[in-house]
Amino acid sequence: MVTYFRDIWDGLVTVLIGMKVTWRHLFTPAVTIQYPDVKLKLPERARNRLYVNMDDCIGCDQCSAACPVDCITIETIKSTPDVDLGLTSVGTKKRLYVPVFDIDIAKCCYCALCVYPCPTECIKMTDVYEFSEFERENLIYRFATMTPAEADSARTKLATYEKEQAAKKAAAAAAAAKVALPAPRPAPPAGAPASPAQPPPAAPPTPPEQKG
Amino acid sequence: MEETMTQPPVTPVAPQATPQGPATVAGFARALKTEEMVISMGPQHPSTHGVLRLELVVDGEVVVDVIPHIGYLHRCFEKHCEHMTNYQQVIPYADRMDYVAAMSNELGYVVAAERLLKITVPERVEYIRVIMAEFSRIVSHLIAIGTYGMDIGAFTPFLYCMRDRERVLDIFEQTCGARLLYNYMWIGGLSHDVPANFAEKVNDFCRYFRPKIRELNDLLSYNKIFIKRTANVGVLPAAVALNYGVSGPVLRGSGVAWDLRKNDPYSVYGKLDFEIPVGKGLKGTVGDCWDRYMVRVHEMEQSVNIIEQAVAKLPPGDIAAAIPKRIRPEAGDIYARTETPKGELGYYIVADGTASPFRVKVKSPCFVNLSALPAMSRGAMIADIVAILGSIDIVLGEVDR
Amino acid sequence: MKELLLDALHNEALVYTLMAFVPLAWVVPFALFAVWWERKISAHMQDRLGPMRTGGWHGWAQTIADILKLIQKEDIIPAAADRKLYILAPYLVFAGSYAAYAAIPFSAAYVGAGINIGLFYVISISSLVVVGLLMAGWASNNKWSLFGAMRSAAQIVSYEVPVALAILAVVMVSGSFDLQEINRQQAGWFWHWFVFQKFPFLFGALLIYFVASLAEVNRTPFDIPEAESELVAGYHTEYGGMRFALLFLSEYANMFAVSAIASTLFFGGWNSPFGEALAGPVWGLFWFLTKGMAFIFVQMWLRWTLPRLRVDQLMYVGWKVLIPFSFVIVLGVGFWVMALR
Repeated sequence: MVTYFRDIWDGLVTVLIGMKVTWRHLFTPAVTIQYPDVKLKLPERARNRLYVNMDDCIGCDQCSAACPVDCITIETIKSTPDVDLGLTSVGTKKRLYVPVFDIDIAKCCYCALCVYPCPTECIKMTDVYEFSEFERENLIYRFATMTPAEADSARTKLATYEKEQAAKKAAAAAAAAKVALPAPRPAPPAGAPASPAQPPPAAPPTPPEQKG
Repeated sequence: MEETMTQPPVTPVAPQATPQGPATVAGFARALKTEEMVISMGPQHPSTHGVLRLELVVDGEVVVDVIPHIGYLHRCFEKHCEHMTNYQQVIPYADRMDYVAAMSNELGYVVAAERLLKITVPERVEYIRVIMAEFSRIVSHLIAIGTYGMDIGAFTPFLYCMRDRERVLDIFEQTCGARLLYNYMWIGGLSHDVPANFAEKVNDFCRYFRPKIRELNDLLSYNKIFIKRTANVGVLPAAVALNYGVSGPVLRGSGVAWDLRKNDPYSVYGKLDFEIPVGKGLKGTVGDCWDRYMVRVHEMEQSVNIIEQAVAKLPPGDIAAAIPKRIRPEAGDIYARTETPKGELGYYIVADGTASPFRVKVKSPCFVNLSALPAMSRGAMIADIVAILGSIDIVLGEVDR
Repeated sequence: MKELLLDALHNEALVYTLMAFVPLAWVVPFALFAVWWERKISAHMQDRLGPMRTGGWHGWAQTIADILKLIQKEDIIPAAADRKLYILAPYLVFAGSYAAYAAIPFSAAYVGAGINIGLFYVISISSLVVVGLLMAGWASNNKWSLFGAMRSAAQIVSYEVPVALAILAVVMVSGSFDLQEINRQQAGWFWHWFVFQKFPFLFGALLIYFVASLAEVNRTPFDIPEAESELVAGYHTEYGGMRFALLFLSEYANMFAVSAIASTLFFGGWNSPFGEALAGPVWGLFWFLTKGMAFIFVQMWLRWTLPRLRVDQLMYVGWKVLIPFSFVIVLGVGFWVMALR
């Protein structure tokens, strides 16, 4: 019997206490901000959309290897020694062309694991978070600045160079083989005529002028 | 929603005793009795706990058996781990299991990996990890409490909990750049050191938050209607809880004082002073929904205490000193467990001497706690199932991994 | 008003038809306003802002936009539903709530039908809502709608008893069922209002009436029929578009009707709280609407504060708490009135 009345009393009192809480909140200012008219300022470390500064990219592939969801695709072409690709902003010499540097931002999980290994700090997470697209293909960000024509010419150049290097190596190997051919005979006694000196191998042909 | 047509009882022939359901839950092979009805609380339901299908076998209003069907959110976490190029890459994936309290998942993993590699981390790192883990506990319990109130019908506490949660997420964002999934705790250290005014912000939050817990108690916890909906509902006796292997607030709500932070301490919990709230049956029976709910509320208070102590004791140091350049543990295995907001999260890592793990197996607390749902709900009414499910506080990302 | 129209039009049938639409001039704008108001109140109680953009200033046109959207929706009637009943049900629910407005005096100069058993009429005609609800649940051909509708019917029918008993206490004090008469008896300063008479019995009667009327209009903490989205969506699961809008319009109409009754019976209706000051037919309308809106506000306040009662607890509160207390109140008032005689 007592619990019956106690329950009713508790019911009334706790309801009134609850009502007091909500009444007070009627007069506290709202915590909502009116996006998109008002936007919060993101902190410095905010991790949102990725950005790659291609001038600094040396094509080391570290970011692509570090990505846990494989959203970075990089293709590189070795440059030939006569080409000076320049230095990055931290002073590293660039030796690779990067014709393909695609980030599929739809796959990106915003973990920033790609940011840390970059030796030139060229890949960064920015504070941009409003980048929705209507077409999914537009979410593949292509950062490379080489045109396909440039990429092709660089590839052919590399192929030519490598062929020449291979030819050079073959010629050098053949020459070395010719020099080394009498080797299996036991060394001639002192006083025997020395084998005629071989002329030095021909200098490798100078590569054609680099087209700008 | 599926349902079978009930046939009107013709004559009460050989009255079968009110079916209690078999001891083992074998939903497929059960013979449906004519008095019972099978209802599906389908994979999408408004009590937002994730995609979970509950098959309810009811006799009128009373639930005879509950069979949870999971797997709708299985994302092959453990399989992914085998194909990572190194151990650090697992951490963004570990975040995404219990996405509500991501820091706790990360902590569990790095504790296991560091034990495997036999690394000790600087004390500063340990203290920061504890602070983040306790924030993650607060954040997870805020969601648990808010959504529980919503399930019971009180919409306002949910918004208050979200508002407080946003302040914690702001602190996370200033520290590591992300609000929900952090990739912050690395093997051997952390990804960022805390920002310059961290202590001040954290203390501000603690001062702000304590009165909010009192307000929450006024509005929801001690409200007579809420108590009537949750007390004496879904009672899980201590012995049954231990038999099922539940952990976390579900176990402590049943009166068992077991918390890995005290019983099997890791990180610097041994140096901090805090209490373990345990369900005492104040408003009903020990182990009812109200007890589990109140354990979470009290744990939030204790977490605030822990955070204040840790921030005061934060030693200077280098957080990157112990991060190994190459992680290549010797072949072996390790099981390490931590106390997440949901319970005991265990990582069993098998290393084979290469840079990527051979096997990572996760013992998920929500999975085990969910398995105790049938034991809690037999004999309850349909309207209580939602209350009981909410009091277990499951996140399907962790149940299914 | 009736006389004015009769003089102008000389056609009784037309006049009566026109007068039937007069409360609609309040009910429809009120419903549009109340939905917006509820969203704003709930938002500010929850530290949010609510509608802010539709129409400019604090989203005042939000409900209008919602109605325009609902009008454009495809009218889907489930194939296996009982078509006639399905279509009829929302109208019946609305009729039940709206018919009560006939006898409620909005002002000293206006009452739709000044019948001498006005209160009795109001209580009985609003029971029509139950028939409409059951019809909606049955006609949907959805087991869960029927289940929800039956629960809702049980709830409403159970809570009619404490409503009637609380009203009985007032009738004993006032001696009349005529709502205009009850209003006239509360003339003067606010301490003449019935809520302060025969203290604490009529105050208790107010509390019981208010709580029971929450159950009548399916508001939290008694909103099992609506928020049964724990498992099902209640009796209006299968309703969409304008039919659903009509059901919701009836809910808000019902809310105001019970608030109007509460303010008439206990708070002086169209009487000014300051006696002769600020009184008059037009002022009376203002006071009446204000008091009604105050009760609406309290109903909304409760909705956003309290959790929901389980259906068996709801029945317990109705039968085992409200009814015994209302019996005590009726006895108390009865003895008091007899002693005064």
